[in-house]
Amino acid sequence: MSVIFIVVPLAALIVLAAVIAFVASARRGQFDDLDTPPVRMLNDDSERQVAPSRERVSRN
Amino acid sequence: MTAADAAVRASLQHVTAVACTHCQLPVPAGLIEPDAQDQFCCGGCRTAFAVLHDHGLDTHHDTTVGRDGPVAAEPRGRGFDEFDHATFHELYVRRTPEGLAQVDLYLEGVHCGACVWLVERVPLVVPGVARAELNVRRSVARVAWDDTAVSLSHVARTLDSLGYHPHPFRGFEVEAMRRREDRAMLARIGVAGAIAANVMLAALALYSGQFGGMDGPYERFFRWVSLLLTTPALFGPGRVFFAGAWASLRARTLHMDLPIAIALAVGWGQGLTNTVTNSGPVYFDGLATLIFALLAGRYLQQRGQRAATDSAELLHSLSPLTARVVEGGATRELPAQALLPGMLLEVRAGETFAADGTVTSGRSSVDVALLTGESKPVSVDVDDRVYAGTTNVSSAVRVRVDATGEQSRLASLLRQVEESARRRAPVVQLANRLAVWFVAVVLLVAAGTALFWYPRNPAAAIDNAIALLVVTCPCALALATPLAVSVAIGRAARSGILIKGGDALERLAVPGTLLLDKTGTITESRVALAAWDGPEWVKPLVLALEQESSHPIAAGFRRAFDGIVGGDACLTTHVAGGGIEGIVDGRRVIVGSPAFVEARAAHGPGLLAPPRHLTPVLVAVDGTIVASAGFGDPVRVDARRAIDTLRKRGWTVGILSGDHPEVVASVGETLGLPRDRCVGGAAPEEKLRVVEQAGGNRTVVMVGDGVNDAAAMAAASVGVGVHGGAEACLSTADVYLARPGLEPLVTLTDGAARTMGVIRRNIAFSIGYNLIGATLAVTGVITPLIAAVLMPASSLTVVLASWLSRTFQTERAS
Repeated sequence: MSVIFIVVPLAALIVLAAVIAFVASARRGQFDDLDTPPVRMLNDDSERQVAPSRERVSRN
Repeated sequence: MTAADAAVRASLQHVTAVACTHCQLPVPAGLIEPDAQDQFCCGGCRTAFAVLHDHGLDTHHDTTVGRDGPVAAEPRGRGFDEFDHATFHELYVRRTPEGLAQVDLYLEGVHCGACVWLVERVPLVVPGVARAELNVRRSVARVAWDDTAVSLSHVARTLDSLGYHPHPFRGFEVEAMRRREDRAMLARIGVAGAIAANVMLAALALYSGQFGGMDGPYERFFRWVSLLLTTPALFGPGRVFFAGAWASLRARTLHMDLPIAIALAVGWGQGLTNTVTNSGPVYFDGLATLIFALLAGRYLQQRGQRAATDSAELLHSLSPLTARVVEGGATRELPAQALLPGMLLEVRAGETFAADGTVTSGRSSVDVALLTGESKPVSVDVDDRVYAGTTNVSSAVRVRVDATGEQSRLASLLRQVEESARRRAPVVQLANRLAVWFVAVVLLVAAGTALFWYPRNPAAAIDNAIALLVVTCPCALALATPLAVSVAIGRAARSGILIKGGDALERLAVPGTLLLDKTGTITESRVALAAWDGPEWVKPLVLALEQESSHPIAAGFRRAFDGIVGGDACLTTHVAGGGIEGIVDGRRVIVGSPAFVEARAAHGPGLLAPPRHLTPVLVAVDGTIVASAGFGDPVRVDARRAIDTLRKRGWTVGILSGDHPEVVASVGETLGLPRDRCVGGAAPEEKLRVVEQAGGNRTVVMVGDGVNDAAAMAAASVGVGVHGGAEACLSTADVYLARPGLEPLVTLTDGAARTMGVIRRNIAFSIGYNLIGATLAVTGVITPLIAAVLMPASSLTVVLASWLSRTFQTERAS
């Protein structure tokens, strides 16, 4: 059972990674608009030559 | 799609007469074209459908034979030259780090996913545009372009030609601040949620250890894990509660944050001590869950109320940005801000007046519906006043400017809107009112408990006080209102009713006074043949003549005479403001206003004049007047039933309109309303006054669709915007009916009453739960550990009760 002393901190580290990923994506505005992107992915790739805006990132 | 979604969809299709050919969503009332075979909810669907049709891909549309080809979007054909003006750029255009120019445009007519497809295609169509990103929910497109390569007016014209009429969108700073707040909030919830879930896992191990037995080192390990996990939750996401409590202390008012902060601090301190000394219980799972649940509740509430603050900003785009100034025989365009009293403006047919002024030359008719709600254009002559925001309908006039910008009547009306919106006291929600008392009582009882037990048993004193603070945590109380409201708002939105804040629901739950605007609300706001006196053989002749005309009267004739085959007309001439004449089957036919026709033909034997509230039209054949017709604005089919239902529920229903009192009275009669409740001829200022007087202690609901209603809507307890109205002005409404007709009003009031029922039930439950819990804690029956287990149970019950409640779901407007 003593393996738990290693496994639990390990799990905590994984949670930490997930939390950091979530906070980073929230700060970058990935959750600002939840209505448009699901529709946007229906557009053909070849027609959408537009790079996604980087300006959101830089403003914060 | 889930079964529930399918049911909602089916019910939507059931209640709305017209579904979009492309996406099957209901078509907004203003966009329904009775003549067309295919109906579209937005320009995106129209174009998408046309593209599919062009490529022969429209088999999945359940097509019938004989489609009349792809349908073109309807651009308004404006030049948008003002979009290139230096003043405009100063106000709206920003620079991106890559050196591109960027602007936010509010687009009219954005409706569904096809709009994203179409709007984001703009960079492909217009070289020089780097990107166009559309936010469907807010109808705001962010366009970045290289301003050395292409002008903004070109972009605007392209958007317009796609069917989206663009307006500059100003609220950028507010928007950026709000978005930062939202992101921070979301990040806090994420952190709190992850921590709560993991502390819960550790707690699970500890609880099962209590029953099954656990070796000392393991138990100590899990207690330390809980402590180390909870501490960042307390000082990270939980910091907002300490900040709120501190602010409430400084302001000397009780706030819900105060007991929460105390419970968090005491619970954490006690837990820390017990962890270090390895004795007694720890409450970390309860604390972490509490932080998460409270933050989530707040986020839901905040999101629901967001839309309400998008208010009067859009109204400012109603008056045009430039005007044509006449100077020494030549004309030049000036931005509207640069106009001065005394300048001479030239305003062509179809243009909007940029300033208040007096007509100096020319005769025309003016559509003043924006200001007064009058359905018929008003004719203006030399020395008549015209107002900014109204539209010149028939021919060009010259106008001397009297008042501009902030002095104009439109601006003062908008100021009234903003003032009434500000004056309206923020409704203190039921839960928050209760919470203040709750807080005070809990703090007093906790102190009393500690004082009572301390002389007897110091350890029990602290245990019981903490058990009390934890078990009576206002969690369920805090969740009761926002959760029920956000569930109701979500369900309402799916049935086509957009509610901007929970306070509107609260006020709609109790019947009060309901005032309806006439044009566009009770009526369909289109011209329809209401009276006809003349022989049948005249109809094909009229139809032949009116076949090609774009005049609303012509469209009215075409709708009314549907199914009749008209002959071929030749040599037709239109006379603006008069009528139309031509040769049909060798006979000379004249259709037009009485003055126009009487000047060209003699009266025949005894024709009935149409009722006075209708617009009269005469028909002459070969020099004799043979028929008379009256045109009016038809009452919506469901109006009578909806109003009857509302009156049965206890609402006092009345009409408040800017249209002619006789028209209003006749509509009121059709609806069975008492005459003294039908107020006609009311200017916006008058409407505001009526609404303010109607108030008293009762709820006043103003239902309208135009800017002329905006001030009254803002002054009313609840403003309801009806679909088909001026899109920009609907932003001042608390509730927006995206479904045509008045039936949604019944759905809305019923749903509001049910939602308040759910809220009251939640609050009653949480108070009852708290009373029992508190009694047990004070008497020392439950330990802090059991209190921590009980606490989430109460929140969970409230969540389930709100989720399973049937507020807007069971509506059937059959």
